[in-house]
Amino acid sequence: MRKSLKSIVLGACAALGLAAALGMTWASPAEAESLTVTGAGATFPYPLYSKWFYEYSNSHPGLKFNYQSIGSGGGVKQITAGTVDFGASDAPMNEDELAKLPGPIFHIPTAIGAVAVVYNLKNIPTGLKLSQDVLVDIYYGRIKRWNDPRIASFNPDVKLPASDIVVSHRSDGSGTTDIFTNYLSAVSTEWRAKVGRGKSVNWPVGLGGKGNEGVAGVVKQTPGAIGYVELAYAMQNKMTAAALRNKEGNFILPTLDSTSAAAAGAAKTMPADFRLTLVDAPGKDSYGICGLTWLLVYRNQRDEAKGKAMVTFLKWAIRDGQKMNAPLLYSPLPKPVVEKVDQSLRQINFKGKSLY
Amino acid sequence: MTRDNPKDVLFEKTTAVFAFGVLFLAVLLFALLVRESLPSIKKFGASFLVTKTWDPVAEDFGALTFIYGTIVSSFIALLLAVPLAVGSAIFINEFAPEWLKTPVAFLAELLAAIPSVIYGLWGIFVLVPVLRDYLMKPAAEYLGWIPFFKGPVYGPSMLAAGILLSIMIIPFILSVSREVLATVPSIQKEAVLSLGGTHWEMIRIVIGQHCIPGIFGATILGLGRALGETMAVTMVIGNRPDILLSVFQPGYSMAAVIANEFTEATGELYLAALVEIGLVLFLLTFVVNLAAKWILKSMVSRASRGI
Repeated sequence: MRKSLKSIVLGACAALGLAAALGMTWASPAEAESLTVTGAGATFPYPLYSKWFYEYSNSHPGLKFNYQSIGSGGGVKQITAGTVDFGASDAPMNEDELAKLPGPIFHIPTAIGAVAVVYNLKNIPTGLKLSQDVLVDIYYGRIKRWNDPRIASFNPDVKLPASDIVVSHRSDGSGTTDIFTNYLSAVSTEWRAKVGRGKSVNWPVGLGGKGNEGVAGVVKQTPGAIGYVELAYAMQNKMTAAALRNKEGNFILPTLDSTSAAAAGAAKTMPADFRLTLVDAPGKDSYGICGLTWLLVYRNQRDEAKGKAMVTFLKWAIRDGQKMNAPLLYSPLPKPVVEKVDQSLRQINFKGKSLY
Repeated sequence: MTRDNPKDVLFEKTTAVFAFGVLFLAVLLFALLVRESLPSIKKFGASFLVTKTWDPVAEDFGALTFIYGTIVSSFIALLLAVPLAVGSAIFINEFAPEWLKTPVAFLAELLAAIPSVIYGLWGIFVLVPVLRDYLMKPAAEYLGWIPFFKGPVYGPSMLAAGILLSIMIIPFILSVSREVLATVPSIQKEAVLSLGGTHWEMIRIVIGQHCIPGIFGATILGLGRALGETMAVTMVIGNRPDILLSVFQPGYSMAAVIANEFTEATGELYLAALVEIGLVLFLLTFVVNLAAKWILKSMVSRASRGI
């Protein structure tokens, strides 16, 4: 009895092994045709990228994208080490990081995001007006109460409570924080000198929440709280957002239109390497706290097939792909920027041969 | 069965390899942590342990606020969890009627099986608002003159982290304490009672004689969990690198800052500083366990002399 059981088990194993071996031989011709391009980086554009990869792979059978949203810092690390075919980041690489790269890289802008300043004040709907210096002083801890005359002066029709302002910010390193502190640095020389800009900074005051959901949690749970989250996150969760005074003196709510306006205003000054920051952009309808997000692609590709696939994909992404931006609450790239990006894509090459 | 039986020898050698494997892993872990944190150790030296600044932009790092947060939140957790856990262990083992024993013990131990992120979410949505409105606000109003209870009250705080941690470590302390209580020979308990002792005297004498070292061990087990807990703590502690005496104020812990900042940390020194915090946490846990072993040993020897 035992013996027969043993032989059955052995037989089953052998059969499985055979089946596996056969399966592999059947699968291999299909695998030879398919190509997988790997990438890693920013979490902020991940919903857009996964939509792009899905749509593009559907119309290009045999091509697969494997994107891991491990964060902008991770994306920069991985593309520097060459473990992925492309990186993605919400913050442009700085000179130190560029110096460590094995070769020249392109920052390919893909979408524009904005950061909304959200608050929790009973009976005060979206649209509380804040100026640049007031926002800076709230995050410095100098303006401590909501009924501070400096806030009240912009909001004569609103009855502001005498409660404490509970400041909240991201506790994890993030591109959102980078854009937000970049804005505070742009509008305040003191902030730039004392705190500065980065994915994590030494905050003068405030509670830290992990992720957009962490900050949103603090803001929603705490009466009198203020915080900042990605625009898409604020819109999806119907959070009350502040209207910020822009360069021209208008109070502007964060929306897709005001984000695009900021991008259009800044497009004229777009540098050749696209490492542009979009904060406090000119234009009467421009919203202040915006930023680009980039894919990081080496100019000199090491693999012709993968390089070719990536360039073809990027050509599609900056044109047809842009139509998917707005429904997912990302602002599309302005036309003049698309033209400029196209010129960069023509320079991506394999051993001197353009892959465009 | 002789010791020279080849199967026995093989078995012994195999288990020895496993045991040394574990030891090797710990040493390897330590060596790796030291190697990766070298840039930070070289730059900041011992001042890393006593500096409050944590500034990723200026690349100026010190771990004091995180060390303080880890120790204080774990201490609050122990302060609350030990009496609760030991008390309920005594109740379940000595007083509870049979039909109540199993469900209470089962439910209490079930607490250990809940993932910490669930504790964190519960902390954000239930514990923190309740604590803020019904405990911290009144306490800050009437007892605010005591430095430990000073406002303003935000909600996420050292106290919230401590209370959440205490709930998480109760099942560990509880179940080990119950095991320890169960080892007391019933003949001794009956002896105390037959001499006219009350239930209270019976428990005091029996626990005093037998169980203190075991309960201490259970406490250390709970402390170990509290020191290293990451997810739940980072969700309710407020993530503010500062040393504030009031338990109503936010703080930060070592595990939380690593979890928060590691993924997006770029730059050699920044990464090294985060790894060094890991190293400090490793050493802290090591020292706590070593001290616990030492105290336990002297307790056991004293207890055995007492009998």
